[in-house]
Formats: sequence, C-alpha cells, structure tokens
Amino acid sequence: MTVDVPLALEKLAVRLGGAGASLDGAQRLSGGASMETWAFAVAGSKGREELILRRRSAPFDPENARSVSLATEAALIRATGARGALVPPVRHLCDEADGLGEAYVMGRVDGETLGRRIVGDPRFDAVRGKLARQCGEALVPIHATSPPDGLNLKVSDAEGELDRYEEVYRATGAERPILELSFQYLRKHLPQPVAPKLLHGDFRNGNLMFDPERGVVAVLDWELSHIGDPAEDMGWICTNSWRFGRPDRPVGGFGDYADLLAGYAEAGGRPVELSRVRFWQMLGSLRWGVMCLTMYLSWANGVEKSVERPMIGRRVSETEADLVVLLEQGL
Amino acid sequence: MITHPKTEELAQAVALWIDQIRPSLDPRNAFLARVAVNVLGVVGRELAQGPAAEARAAGLMADLLGHEGSHAALNAELCSAIRAGGMTVETPGLLAALQTMARDQLAIDQPNYKAEGSL
Repeated sequence: MTVDVPLALEKLAVRLGGAGASLDGAQRLSGGASMETWAFAVAGSKGREELILRRRSAPFDPENARSVSLATEAALIRATGARGALVPPVRHLCDEADGLGEAYVMGRVDGETLGRRIVGDPRFDAVRGKLARQCGEALVPIHATSPPDGLNLKVSDAEGELDRYEEVYRATGAERPILELSFQYLRKHLPQPVAPKLLHGDFRNGNLMFDPERGVVAVLDWELSHIGDPAEDMGWICTNSWRFGRPDRPVGGFGDYADLLAGYAEAGGRPVELSRVRFWQMLGSLRWGVMCLTMYLSWANGVEKSVERPMIGRRVSETEADLVVLLEQGL
Repeated sequence: MITHPKTEELAQAVALWIDQIRPSLDPRNAFLARVAVNVLGVVGRELAQGPAAEARAAGLMADLLGHEGSHAALNAELCSAIRAGGMTVETPGLLAALQTMARDQLAIDQPNYKAEGSL
C-alpha cells in the first residue's frame, strides 16, 4: 500500500496543533528501503512546531526482524529520556486514524549527524576533544534504564551474538577465511558474564547528533535496542567502519578509549575494562562484515532492488582488513 | 582481450556519463548515481588488478595448505581448516597471508579506506 505522506501529514497537523492548525512544509530527509524520515512543521494558534516523522514503509515481521517495532522504539526513547538520556522528545505515537502505518513523531533537534563531518569538519574542531567522554556519559542513563514492561526485547550476551552472526554467516554461503578465523578467535576470548543492561544497540558515529558547541545532543535510531553487555555499546562506536577515515582516533574517529571509559565511570557507570571494549569492537567489525553480506544477499535474492545493496557487499573487505590487524594485535 | 576500447575503458565511459547527468537528478537518485559510479570503479579495478590478486592469494593459500589448487578450492579448504580449529592465529604464516589477501581485495573494493592501524 502506498501512502501519500504529505497528505496524511496535513491531517496529522490538525490533530497535533488543534483546530485551525496546518502543515507548514514537509520534506523527506532520508531513508533506506524500509524506513523513512520526514521533517515537517505544524503552524497553529500556539505557534510553529518543528517535528520529525519516522515511519516504516515496508511490512514489519516482529518474529524474524532483528529490529524492534517503532512503538517499542518510541517507548524506549520515552523511558530512557525520563532517566536523563539525551533523546529527542516523542510527541506522538501514530495510530490507525493517522493513516501513516507504523510511525511516530518527535520534536526536531538541531545538529549534525553525518559522521564524516563530525570527524573532519573544522566547525567541530573546538568540541571534538570532548566528544569521547560525552559518549561515555551519554551511555550511563541508557544502561541504567529499566526497560518498560511488555516490550519483549531480545536478550543476548557475547556468545549469543557470536552464535547468531555465525548462523547468519553460514546461511549466506560465503566462504571468507578472515571471518572464519575471527569467529574462532572471539569464541576463545569470551569476556566474563556481566549483569545485562538495556543497550542502545546501534551506538555509533552516524546515529548521534552533535552540536558544534555543546557536543552530543541526541542519541538517535533505536531500532536495534536490546538487552546485553554494556561494553557492546562502547565497542560498536569504536569499530573502525565508523571512524570515517581516522583509524588513529578509536572512538568514532574523534576520540580516545581512555576518555570514553572515564566518561562512563565518572558519570556513575560500572567501570568497564578496555579489553572488554576491544572484544566488542572486534565483534563489531565481524558483525558489520556479516551485515554487509546479508545486504548483498537481499539484492541477489531480489528482495531489494537498489544499487546500494550489492555495493555494500564489497564493504566486507574493509572489515577483513580491520579484523586481520586486530587478530595480529590480539585481545 | 580487445583493446580499442578495453573493458575497463567501457566501464569508465559509463561512469563519466553518470557524472555528467548527476546534477540533473533528485537527491535520492543523485546519491544512487554516485554509488553507481563507485560500482564501476570497483569493476574497473577488478579488471585491472583482480587476476594478479587472485593468483597471489592462490599462491599464498597453496603454501599454507601444502598443495596447489584453484583459488575457489583452496579458499574453501582454508575456511574448513580454520573452522575445524586446525589453523589458528598461531599457525605460522597464516595471519601474514591473510593480511596480504585482505589488502589486495581492499585495494580493489575501497582503495581509500583507512584500515585499522593504517594511520
């Protein structure tokens, strides 16, 4: 079913802004094959409100999807926000009357999300040195949040993640020696079990919004949220695929491990060992490699038609180049 | 192989044409057009560098496994050996060989990617 989003937003504007309110501009920002983001504004008697619509444009299969529903995402943003996490305010969870399918509306937060700019744009020179510490601090209230009841979030530890990604890798039929060796190596170096916490699940440069003066202002894209090892969120932002050409700055291409770990501990997080973060960082490269394989396969199977998909398949070699160095360095 | 034009020149010609029309496209298609140009870059580099990279990989794997074979057969055997635990990070020469193979492939797929430890 095709939805005329601007038309539906006109109706939604009245619901959000009250009688007499109207839609004041609507623009699709980005989106992959299954998720859309729209910027729009509502002009009403109380003034003009700038908003973001996040909606799923392809059917969602909660049984097989790794990601959570948008209703769950909205509930997690509300719950972590109440605990003090840097999240955009959830303004409205869409229902059938809105005619937008699975969707919710948030307040618009100004800032930059493009990883390459955070890493290289001179506008961020002054604040860049503070970002790794802020990232550590930003994770504390997320990990301290008790997930709301009834969300049915997936629970996974290091071994569970390895099992899952190895199963996916085997199913692709690809034969890649470095990925094989990484699975074997990581299985021999599993970290000690730890009390599981609520994780963002996709905490990396690209999913964070930064302000040139204030630094981290919002943590976005909650669809991979789950319960697990807190170091998983720290390792993912250190994975080289999200350092945007600055492998010498392990945290997101902008900072150092020590600042990330200190920011986390000093904000009240349970201190995490660097070796544990490095384990998850390595598993992060492996995970991204397997994800690239599955994105290629979604094209090969005819599910996705975009030229992006087969090209992403050729990003597996970037993870192999990273993994083989990590294997040489050792955990 | 025919040389007037060479296959990589054909790929290059299409890439140049896409670059010419890119400014007239809407943002989404302009983005996809840039991806398409990158695809043709991979095709061109693979045509130029692929055969040597594959031969080198096959040679390295043959040394590790102690016998000759096709790239595909050696690769499958190497994967099985690693999976079975017969080859590990401690196996002499394994990481060095994998490092060379990974670099050769990255030079085709993303020559500008800055890998871990490269700066």
